Amino acid sequence: MPKSLMKGNEALALAAIKGGCSHFFGYPITPQNEIPEFLARELPKAGGVFLQAESELAAINMVYGAAATGGRAMTSSSSPGIALMQEGMSSLAAAELPSVIVNVQRGGPGIGTIQPSQADYYQMTRGGGNGDYRILSFAPATVQEGAEMMMAAFDLADFYRTPVFIVSDGMLGQMMEPVEFPERPLRTLPEKSWAAVGHGGSRKPNTIKTLVLDPGLLEQKNLRLQEKFTRIAATESRFENYRTDEAELVLCAYGSTARIVKNSIDLLAEEGIKAGLIRPQTLWPFPSSAFQQLPPTCRTILTVEMSCGQMVDDVRLAVNGRLPVAFYGRSGGIIPVPEEIVAHIKVLLGRV
Amino acid sequence: MINERILCAGFGGQGVMSIGQLLAYAGMLEDKHVTWLPSYGPEMRGGTAYCSVVVSDKPVGSPIVTGNATCVIVMNLPSLLKFEASVKPGGLLLINSSLIDKPVDRQDIEVYGILANELAVKCGIPRAANMVMLGAYLALAGPVRIESIALAFKKVFGAKAERLLDPNIQALHLGAEAVTGLRQQSIAA
Repeated sequence: MPKSLMKGNEALALAAIKGGCSHFFGYPITPQNEIPEFLARELPKAGGVFLQAESELAAINMVYGAAATGGRAMTSSSSPGIALMQEGMSSLAAAELPSVIVNVQRGGPGIGTIQPSQADYYQMTRGGGNGDYRILSFAPATVQEGAEMMMAAFDLADFYRTPVFIVSDGMLGQMMEPVEFPERPLRTLPEKSWAAVGHGGSRKPNTIKTLVLDPGLLEQKNLRLQEKFTRIAATESRFENYRTDEAELVLCAYGSTARIVKNSIDLLAEEGIKAGLIRPQTLWPFPSSAFQQLPPTCRTILTVEMSCGQMVDDVRLAVNGRLPVAFYGRSGGIIPVPEEIVAHIKVLLGRV
Repeated sequence: MINERILCAGFGGQGVMSIGQLLAYAGMLEDKHVTWLPSYGPEMRGGTAYCSVVVSDKPVGSPIVTGNATCVIVMNLPSLLKFEASVKPGGLLLINSSLIDKPVDRQDIEVYGILANELAVKCGIPRAANMVMLGAYLALAGPVRIESIALAFKKVFGAKAERLLDPNIQALHLGAEAVTGLRQQSIAA
């Protein structure tokens, strides 16, 4: 299949169809509107169901309902809309319902702005929902990578019986880049024998609920969920290294910011300053192992985010005091330029 | 090595987003790394619209063209005021002089005024002033071929726009001719 030039949002939408999405429920919000726009047009043609809900709360609970019947359901929204869905996400995780949720992040807190941001790292890795739960969370940095993560997301959701996040942002969503959609490798997936579907009285009815009033039973359920989260953490964490060999400074950035940081690293290299990048491709599980393999030349870590400092917490946990971890960020919808990061690094390294 | 960072700006309806997309699509057809990023956000009617395009031999990091544009194309006066400073030293500033008569202050860049609206009328499609400007850019910086723009035109605008292809390509050529003459003069001087 030849390459197409597509917006990040459109590519995610097409990738959802190619990944086997059967149901989309959502409520409009900028900067993710191209996703429902595309799916409203294309998903029914592919045999799926598109439904614009009356609110984010309705949308996430429709995802719960469709997933409970074995459908491959998704929603997409942006930061404040995702905030409204948090209760539903806790329920999806508790009920172990496979589903995919896209967050095209915008500036916050509150209603904030429609411009790009990465200030939802906590929301995407800690969750605003209640209880002990974790959600597998992918962070693409290019339109192509977003398409690939999205195409794999429904299979992963079914395999682990878990919600899956795709964490994008306003810049990745709005920009156009070449993208191609390779055939999806077939993955053997478990039967959905748990689904609440008609069976003509041939078995006991399946129920899908999250209320467990018996403390002993609820603790057992929690331990079982934790065992699953441990399995996901051991298998699914992903990262990319960029020019980390012999780097005296290792940066950590994800998504859009990682692209900009790569430019900064190239600019520094022209001046003889060796810097590299660890780019988490999964936010949860956070790729802590990347920080076990730092080059011996590394003196300092710098985390760069379009936020006031969130992922830096996980970087500090991963580095565990072995090296100083600094932070640089822009927020409010401002996207840093490579040169300002270079200037900050020179100050940090005392090379002004 | 190609690393073109282009900013196209004008008011809504002048086709600045479209020429950016054509450029990016044509770059993709020539197996280059490309990005296209629109400005989006609250904007009043008649306000400025702009897009950033990167065409490069290497993977594109930041898709945002701000203070480091190799070329800025401005279609109206507010765009010139906003983006004159964005051209990097030695870079190109292409001005639609049909609508802009303000002189440019900067001495460290190459400036070309193009009567884009009049030239577009010559091709029979007054709306193709954007294509005249794109043609001028291709002649001066040439990261992609005009043939690739023609292929991209069909992809970006669809089959029903194909009848408009020839006059649009003519607009590209008129834009190119308008600046190649000017460049020779400036080299001779």
